[in-house]
Amino acid sequence: MNILYYDCAVIGAGAAGLCAGARTAEKGLKTIIIDRESHPGGVLLQCIHNGFGLHYFKEQLTGPEYAGRVTANALASGAVLMMDSTVTEIRENGKEKLLTVYSGKDGVTLIHTKSVILAMGCRERCRGNLGIPGDRVAGIYTAGAAQKLLNMQGVLPGRTAVIAGSGDIGLIMARRLSWCGVDVKLVTEIMPYPAGLSRNIAQCLEDFNIPLRLSTSLTGIYGKDRVEYVTVAPIIDGKADHSKEEKIFCDTVLFSVGLIPENELSRSCGIKLHPVTNGPVTDSNSMTGIPGIFACGNVLHVHDLVDFVSREAETAADNCVQYIAGMDKEETENNIFPVSPEGDLRYCLPCSCKKGKDVCFYMRSSAVRRKARLTVSCSNTLLAEKILNYVKPAEMISLTLEGEKLCSFVPGSKISVTLSPVEE
Amino acid sequence: MNEYDVMIVGAGVTGLATACSLCRYKLRILVLEKNCDAAFGVTKANSGIVHGGFHYPLTTLKGRLEIRGNQLFGEYQKRLHFPFKRCGIILAAFTEEELAKVKELYERGKKNQVPGIELCSKERLLQLEEKLSKDVLGGLYAPEGGVVEPYKYAFALAELAEKNSCDIRYDREVISGTWKNSRWEIHTAQGDCFTSKYIVNAAGLYADRVSGCFGAEEFAIHPRKGEEYLLDRLSPARPSKVVFPVPTGHSKGVLVIPTCDGTTMVGPTAETIRDKEENCTTEINRKNIFALAKNMIPSVSEKDLITAFSGSRPAMDGEDFYIAPSEKVPAFIQAAGIQSPGLTASPATGEYICELLKKEGLTLEEDPSYIPDLPYQKPLREMTKEEADAMHKKDPAWTNIICRCEKISEGEIVDAIRKGHTTLDGIKLYTRSGMGRCQGSFCSGKILEILARETGRSYQSFTKRGAASFLTAGNLKGKEK
Repeated sequence: MNILYYDCAVIGAGAAGLCAGARTAEKGLKTIIIDRESHPGGVLLQCIHNGFGLHYFKEQLTGPEYAGRVTANALASGAVLMMDSTVTEIRENGKEKLLTVYSGKDGVTLIHTKSVILAMGCRERCRGNLGIPGDRVAGIYTAGAAQKLLNMQGVLPGRTAVIAGSGDIGLIMARRLSWCGVDVKLVTEIMPYPAGLSRNIAQCLEDFNIPLRLSTSLTGIYGKDRVEYVTVAPIIDGKADHSKEEKIFCDTVLFSVGLIPENELSRSCGIKLHPVTNGPVTDSNSMTGIPGIFACGNVLHVHDLVDFVSREAETAADNCVQYIAGMDKEETENNIFPVSPEGDLRYCLPCSCKKGKDVCFYMRSSAVRRKARLTVSCSNTLLAEKILNYVKPAEMISLTLEGEKLCSFVPGSKISVTLSPVEE
Repeated sequence: MNEYDVMIVGAGVTGLATACSLCRYKLRILVLEKNCDAAFGVTKANSGIVHGGFHYPLTTLKGRLEIRGNQLFGEYQKRLHFPFKRCGIILAAFTEEELAKVKELYERGKKNQVPGIELCSKERLLQLEEKLSKDVLGGLYAPEGGVVEPYKYAFALAELAEKNSCDIRYDREVISGTWKNSRWEIHTAQGDCFTSKYIVNAAGLYADRVSGCFGAEEFAIHPRKGEEYLLDRLSPARPSKVVFPVPTGHSKGVLVIPTCDGTTMVGPTAETIRDKEENCTTEINRKNIFALAKNMIPSVSEKDLITAFSGSRPAMDGEDFYIAPSEKVPAFIQAAGIQSPGLTASPATGEYICELLKKEGLTLEEDPSYIPDLPYQKPLREMTKEEADAMHKKDPAWTNIICRCEKISEGEIVDAIRKGHTTLDGIKLYTRSGMGRCQGSFCSGKILEILARETGRSYQSFTKRGAASFLTAGNLKGKEK
C-alpha cells in the first residue's frame, strides 16, 4: 500500500475541488486533489454549451473551457492531481485525517492529511427515487447520464423523448437532443413554476418550440422492452388527476427532477448533514462538524451557477489555510452566532457565523415573488437589508454581512435571515 | 452432437437446481432458456426468502420440499458461495384473530419439525426485533429461515452445471417436441434441433405452453403478479430478521425483508393478471404496500425508495406444485406451478426430479470426474484494504471502482462479461452494479464502454435485458462505436 502525506486533500476535481485546491496550494499548503474520473473538470466536461464564467471570468465560456481554465490554475499552483481514484473512507486519526483511496493504477493508497476539503458534487434523483409506476424498460435516463452519453461517448440515447422535470440539465438536454434530430415532445414540471433558470427556459425550450407543461406529473412509463409511451396528468389540488391522463408516445424518458449532494463519504465519517440541503452543516469558516474538514460547491448545497461554486470554494480554501496556520492554537473564545432562515427561506448557509469575520450567506426561497425584502437581524436590530426582484426557488440568493456588525452582540444570540414578500 | 439424455426447459432456479442434481451422474444434459440469461424469468423478481417451513402442511408437496429445501440451502451455499443468510423469520400478529392463526401455524411448524420454532409473546418479539411496531400482540419465530439473492444463487447453479459439462443455451425458445424412435426431437424458434431421452418442463410462467408443445397435459398457468419496493441501505427500517404478517388466503402478505446486501425490501403484492409479460408497478399497490409495511415496522418510508420492480408467480389451480411424470406422453417430467416457496424448495426439487427420472428408467451412474463446488471470489466491497491491495497486484482492474454506490470494480464487471453476462441487467444481477441509490446513472455509461471493449461490439447492440431492449439509438456521427 502506498502512503502519502499532505496538508490538504481535496475530494473531487470539479469546479469546486479545482478552485479550492488551486487556492490552498497557492497559499503554500501541500495539496492533492483526488477524483474518480480520468479528466479533471467534473460535470463541466459534459456541459458543452456556453454560459459559464460570466461572473467569475467575466466572459462567456463553455463547460470544458471553464474546466480547462480552473484545471490550469490548479496545476500552476502546484496542487497534485490524482485521477482515476476513488476515496472510499475518511477517518479521523488524532488531529490528522486518514483517507483510503482505490485506483486501478496504484491499488490502495493511504493519504495522511492535516485537512480535507469535501468537493464531491451531487447526483441526480432518478425514476426509482420518485416511485413512478410502470414498466422497467430500456430508454430511461437521468438527464445528466444522457448528457454524458451523448456529449462524451457520442451515443444517442433515443429518437423521441419526454423530459420529466424542468431542472437546468433537463432544459439543456431538450435543446441538445433537438439539435441531434431527436423529437423532444414535452417537458413536464409538477410545480406551477419552472425548476430551471429563466434564460434556459427561453433559450432551450421556447426557441425550439418544445412545450413545457407546468403543474403536470409524469404518472407512468410503459413498454415491453424499450419505452413505448408515458402517461402525464395535470396536478389539481396537489394531486395528479388521473381522469385527465394522456398518453404520449416516445422511446426515451429523461429525468431532471432535482439534485442531491453526494455525502455518502461525509456521512460515513460522522459529519452532521443539513435536513434541507442534504449537505454538511457548516459554520462561517466553511467547516463541517469535524474540525479540519471543510465543504464547498454542490456537495454542500446545489448551486445554479458554477461561478458561485468557484467563489465558495475559494472561501473554503482560505478558511482551510487559516485553520492549518492556527492548528495548534486552542480556540478558547466562545464566539458563535447561530443563523436561522425565516419567512420564505428554505435554507440559509452557513448555519452559524463569528464576530469580526465577514460572511457571505447563500440561500434559496421556497416561493416565487415579484418583489421581496431580505433582512439580517440580531436581537431585533437590523444589520443588513436588500430588496430583491423576481425571487424564485431556482435562483440562489446571496448576501454578505460584515463581521464588525456583530461586535456589540452577545455571542450565542440568534441571527435571523428573513425573506418576506413586498406588496406592490 | 445434439443428442442428450435429459433436456430441461427453463434456466430458472427449478431447472438449474435439477441440472445441478443431475450433473453428478454420467449424463448428457441440456438446458434451453428463452431469455438471454439465467434467472431472467420468475426467478429474477422474487422476494428472496428461504422460508421457515410453517406455512404449509406436510400433506402438500410444496410443504415437504420447502422443509427439505431449507435444510439443503446451507450445504449448497458452502459449495457454491452465493449470498445467503439464516437471519431468521418473524411472523407478527396485530389482532386476536391473527394470534389464533399464529397458534395454528405454530402447531403446523411443530408437526413439520421446524427447528427452533418458537411461539412468542409481545415482549419476546420486541426483544427479537426492535424495529417492530409496539402494537404487535405476539407471533412466531423461525430461526432457520433466511434471505438469499435468488439470481446469484441461480447463476451459481448454472456455473456448477456448466463446469460439469451440462450445456446451457440461452435465447432458445422451444416450439415443438416429437416422440420418435424412443427419443424426443425438439425444435426451437431459432431453428435448432436437439434430441433427448427425457424432458423436464421447468418453464415457469410458460410451463403450460411447453407442455402443449410436447402433447403432454393441458393445464393453465395463471400469472400472479407481485410488486416489490427497494429501500436505500441507509433506511432506518431495516430489520434484523424477515418480518411477515399473518397470512390471509393465497398470499403470505407484504413482508419487510433485510436483503443479503444491506438494502431493505418491502412487498410483494399478489394479484392475478392475464398477461404473462406484464411487469408494471402501480401507484395504488405502492401505497398499499407501504401502508401495510408501516403497520409492522413504522420506520418504513417512501422517502428511502430507490427502485421498484414486479414479477409474476406461476400459479396453478389447486395451488400445490405439479411435479410428476406426464401421464399422457413418455419420458416427460412436469415441474409446473412452482410459485412460493419454489425458491426455498429448489434444491430439494432438483433432488426430487432426479428421483422421478430414475423411476422413469433413467440410469444414474456417478461420474467420477464430478466437481462438487465452485471457487470462491470475494467481492471487492467485502475485502479489507490489504486484501484489495493484494488483489490489485493480481489484476489492477479490481481496484478501479466503476459502480460507486455498491463499490463494484472493473475487474468484477469484466468477470461477469467473460462469464457470459452481456446485458446491462445481467451484469447488474451478477455484480450488483447499478443496484444502489443512483440506480446506474453514473455507472451505466462506463459499463457500456467496458462491454464494447470486451466484446468488440457496437454500443447500439447492447440491451438492458435482451430482445429489443436496446439501450442506445445510434452514434452521433455515424462512426462505429
